Formats: sequence, structure tokens, C-alpha cells
Amino acid sequence: MFKRFVEWMDARIPMTKTWNIHLAQYPAPKNFNMWYVFGFLATIVLINQILTGIWLTMNYVPSAEGAFASVEYIMRDVEYGWLLRYMHSTGASAFFVVVYLHMFRGMMYGSYQKPRELIWLFGMFIFLVLMAEAFMGYLLPWGQMSYWGAQVIISLFGAIPVIGDDLTLWIRGDYVISGATLNRFFALHVIALPLVLVILVFLHIVALHEVGSNNPDGVDTKKPKGSVPDEEKPKFKFHERFTNKKDIVDSIPFYPYYILKDMFGFGIFLFFFCYVIFFNPEMGGFFLEPPNFEPANPLKTPEYIAPVWYFTPFYAILRAVPDKLFGVILMFAAIAFLALLPWLDRGRVRSIRYRSLLHKLNLTVFAISFVVLGYLGTQPATPVATVFAQIFTFLYFAFFGLLWFYSKREKTKPVPERVTSK
Amino acid sequence: MKKLLIALITLIPSLVFAAGPEVPLDKAEVDLHDKASLQRGAQLYMNYCLGCHQLEYHRYNRTFEDLGIPQELGEKHLQFTGNKAGDLITNNMNSDSAANWFGTAVPDLTNVARVRGADWIYTYLRSFYKDESRPFGVNNAVFPNVGMPHVLEELQGLPEKTYEERMIDGEMKDVYVGIKTDGNGRLSESEYDQAMLDLTAFLVYTGEPMLLEQRRMGWFVFGFLLVFTILAWLLKKEFWKDLK
Repeated sequence: MFKRFVEWMDARIPMTKTWNIHLAQYPAPKNFNMWYVFGFLATIVLINQILTGIWLTMNYVPSAEGAFASVEYIMRDVEYGWLLRYMHSTGASAFFVVVYLHMFRGMMYGSYQKPRELIWLFGMFIFLVLMAEAFMGYLLPWGQMSYWGAQVIISLFGAIPVIGDDLTLWIRGDYVISGATLNRFFALHVIALPLVLVILVFLHIVALHEVGSNNPDGVDTKKPKGSVPDEEKPKFKFHERFTNKKDIVDSIPFYPYYILKDMFGFGIFLFFFCYVIFFNPEMGGFFLEPPNFEPANPLKTPEYIAPVWYFTPFYAILRAVPDKLFGVILMFAAIAFLALLPWLDRGRVRSIRYRSLLHKLNLTVFAISFVVLGYLGTQPATPVATVFAQIFTFLYFAFFGLLWFYSKREKTKPVPERVTSK
Repeated sequence: MKKLLIALITLIPSLVFAAGPEVPLDKAEVDLHDKASLQRGAQLYMNYCLGCHQLEYHRYNRTFEDLGIPQELGEKHLQFTGNKAGDLITNNMNSDSAANWFGTAVPDLTNVARVRGADWIYTYLRSFYKDESRPFGVNNAVFPNVGMPHVLEELQGLPEKTYEERMIDGEMKDVYVGIKTDGNGRLSESEYDQAMLDLTAFLVYTGEPMLLEQRRMGWFVFGFLLVFTILAWLLKKEFWKDLK
């Protein structure tokens, strides 16, 4: 019965074929470590955001008069509304946690290098859209921080010469943040940007499955056709789409091996995720900021306005520069430089395991700078904090400059022919 | 490099301690399991606070249910505004008039514990003191020049600020140490503290009515996750055996 159903389907749509190409006969390098779980987790969190988002929309009222009260209605009167909302608010932060770790994995193992430049670029676009999505979603509860955070961020566009003021007016749809802004942000947050996000994620994966995954050794697991003797090939059947063009070595099918490994990682992730949801949804004011439990009040500015933690590294860079326009440029440059990594890194060795000590130090300093900037972005901009923000902004950008400089003639260790797993 | 390190180590404390409240806050030992405390808090709130401060996102019957108050008793003793048990806890004060009377709109207090924290509320309620220069003759050490009168004066009496002489930077200075009531209130000092703790507990409850339920459910979720994760790990191990 089931067999006949599958045959019926396969005659009409490539069901089994798609399953095989992308899962059951998809070759994945056998030496993935725990850093490789974050792509899977990002997908899970995306699904979580979409599902909980749909149910939140059922009771949310997108108007300046009704938004705040409707969120409280969801929290108090809707059955399990608090759970949906905390899953969504915690999911937003979790999304950035796993995406930042996912990106760092790519940087460590040179996953952005040839031939995976396009995967990296799609990833950077996903990151950009994700930031826009998070920013617009944060306005919707219509709390004090929603309102004033949006006010600050939108006013940044005012720094652009000539068109700046008109541009901010166009974004807000009003002279200040108002119900008009809330309505358009709602439309963009619940349909426009999620659509773009899903399409970009699809393209990210299509591009990945065309060239195949990198691995912690940064060694190719797809060798030229005919270069590998049969006894060295894995015993698994991979789809001919892969084996026709290349000889596959050191690989295992994604399903069931990595699906099961990811499931275990998913369980570990859920411990952290559920700890926040059930025991600490505000996460000490980092995931939900205390002033946001007060309705937006255009006449009362909060003592100091801090964006949510995932924006703070870039916010710290913005504040480190005394000139507003240059600060905005530098903030966007911080993201643009990341996108340019495939071309800034002129080295041929991918994995940090076989690269120079200088590169290891450089990447470490970069990671530390990112974290410190993130911390500074949550703090008031005292003169001392500003000096620190300037130092670490310099170190952040120095990473890219140094990389470009030394990667051309880097002293690397010999790279093994094959992956080095147990 | 060394200089930078020294600069880092010496400057970091100044970053950390840059901000903080002027008056140290007392710890509010709120116990949400203590239904009696929450009920007393609700009673205080409905009698002394609701006249001005609404709980406009929270409902009467929900409060009765969560606090273990039978609905008839609740309606009789806690509902003075003439609305129904299923209604939100509101009052009839016009916010424009309020702005005229107090110089500011009167804030809703449903979420005040989430905005300010329990310790802040607990300390604030116990920090009114006599100050003839203010319109209502009182001021507050935690929230200077607040527009609110000392509504609980009949319970606490009218306190005055007390100072202690201390040596600071080689100079003798008067340092604010707390308040001392004139003893004209109905409650003793410790009774008043307990009453304010009850009121704080009630506001912590209104800020997050599902708090206890969340914690309870959280442990079940952890239990499930433990089983799920162990099974996932065993299954993964079993399958990965083939690869050896």
C-alpha cells in the first residue's frame, strides 16, 4: 500500500529523488564536530519563530492604541499565550546566538573560501534580513524600549547627506514613530521579511548542496573522478548526481547519521532554550528589557536607550565614532567586511588547524573584540567606555586588514590529503 | 602591550560601577507560594492604591482564582468599583484630571514589578518622609520629588529622615541612613514592613501571574528533555557503530 503510494507520487513529483539527493544519499564529511550543529539549530529556530509567530498574530492588535494591551492579553488571558510569546522572544535571541556561532564556525574552518563564496554571501544576506526582522519585531510590543530603540535606529538614516531627513520620514510614514510606523513594521515583520528569509535560507542550502560541506580539516572530500581506488571509497551508496562527477571519500549519508547527531545537539540546545523560557524569560534584562514592560510614551525618554544584546556590538561601533555619519558608515562597514571575507582572505588553506599562529591570534582577538563591543554596547557611553569601544572597534577592523596582508604569503602547516578523524 | 593591560585592569572597575541607585535598596523576600501574604497584599492594593493606580491589564476573577479567594468573597470585599468579576481592574479616574492634580499621569501598576523590580517597590513604599517644601508635605528617598502623597500615612505615621555623622574624605558629613516614623500610624514598624512586603508580593504576582505555573511546567519539560536527549544520544551511538 505504502509502496504503491510512493510509486504514484514519484511518477508525478520527484519525491524519493529529492529525499535521496538531499538526505539519504547526500554525502557529508564524516569528521564534523559540534560546531556543525548550529546550522541545523538555526533552521529549527526559524521554524519555531514562524509557528509561534502565526499563533501570536491571532491575538495581537497592530495599532498604537491596542498593541501593548494585546500583548498583555496574550500573556494573561490567552491559553498558553505566555508560552507562545516567550518561545518567540527567546527564539529571537536564540536565533542570533546560533547564527553568530554558525558564522564563527565558518570563519574558523574557512568555509567561506572558494568554492563556497556564494553560500557565505547568501548567509550574510540572511544575517542582514534577520537583523531587520528582529528590529521590526521589537517595535511590535509597543513598550518604551520598542519605541525609543526604533526612534534611535531610524534616526541613524537621517545622517545620510541630502536625502537623510526625507528617508527617515519615508521609513516612519510620519514625523515621529507612530501607529503608521507600527502598522508597516507589522506587515514587514509578519510576511515580507519572513518570505525573503525563507527564500534566502532555501538558496543558502541549494548552494551548499551543490558544492558540498566543508569540514574541520578544510580538506576536500570530493576528489577528481577516477583518482581514488575502490577500496578507499566509503561503503555507502551516494546519489549518482554526486558520484558521477567526483570520487567521494571520507563521507557518510546525512540521513540517518547526521540527523541523529543533530537530534542529540538539539536536545542539549533545548535545555538552554527551555531554561530561559520557563525560568528566566527576561534573561536579566538582556532578552526582554525592563523598560519594555511600560507602554510606549512619546513624551518620556528612558534614562538610557540600549538596543537588544544582539545589536550591541554594532551599536558600540556606531557610538565609538564622534561623527554620526561616519559612525553609521563604520557600523555598516563592520557587516560589509564580513561579507567580503572570501576575497579578503587570500590564503589557500581553509582550516584554522593548519594555519599560522598569527591567524589563530588574529581570529581570537577578533572574537574577543566582538564580545567586548557587545558588552560595551549595553553600557552607558561614559568617556572611558568610549575609549574602550574605540580600541576594540580598531581591533575588529584590524582583523580584516591583517588577514588581507598576511594571507597571501602565510606560513601554514602541511595539510593532510584526507580528513583526520578517529 | 603591558601598559594597555594595566590600563584595562585599572579602568574596568570604573566601568562596572558607573551606575547605581542613590539609596541602597532593601531586599524584598517575596514568597509567591504564601497565598495569605498575596491576599493581604491584594486587600491593601484595593483599599489604598486602586483609587489612583489601575491594574488595567489584569482581571478580578483571575486574581481571585490565583490567590485562592472564593469569587463571592472577592466580589464583596475586594471589588469596590462596581464592575463585574470578569472585568479588568480599573478605576474611574480621568487621566487628564490626574495630570492636573499630581503633575503627571498616574502610572498603571500591573507590570511595575517587572519595570522597577520587587526590591525597588519594597524600599520605595518604606521611604516616604516629611518634607514641607513638597505639595503634599512628603517626599520619597527612592524617588525624589515624586508626585504621590503618602497614602499609607494612617498605617505608618509620618516618618522623618534620619542622618548619621560619618567621616567622608576627611570631612564630617551627615549621611542619610533611613527614616524614623513619628509613631502615629496604626501599625508598628515591623507590621508596616510586613504589610509592604505583602503589597510588593501582590505586585510581583500581577506582573507575571503565571510565574509559579511556569516554574512547575519547566521541571516537567526538563524531565522530558532528559529522556529525549539520552534516547537521542543512545540512538546516535547505535547507528554510528556502523562507521567504525
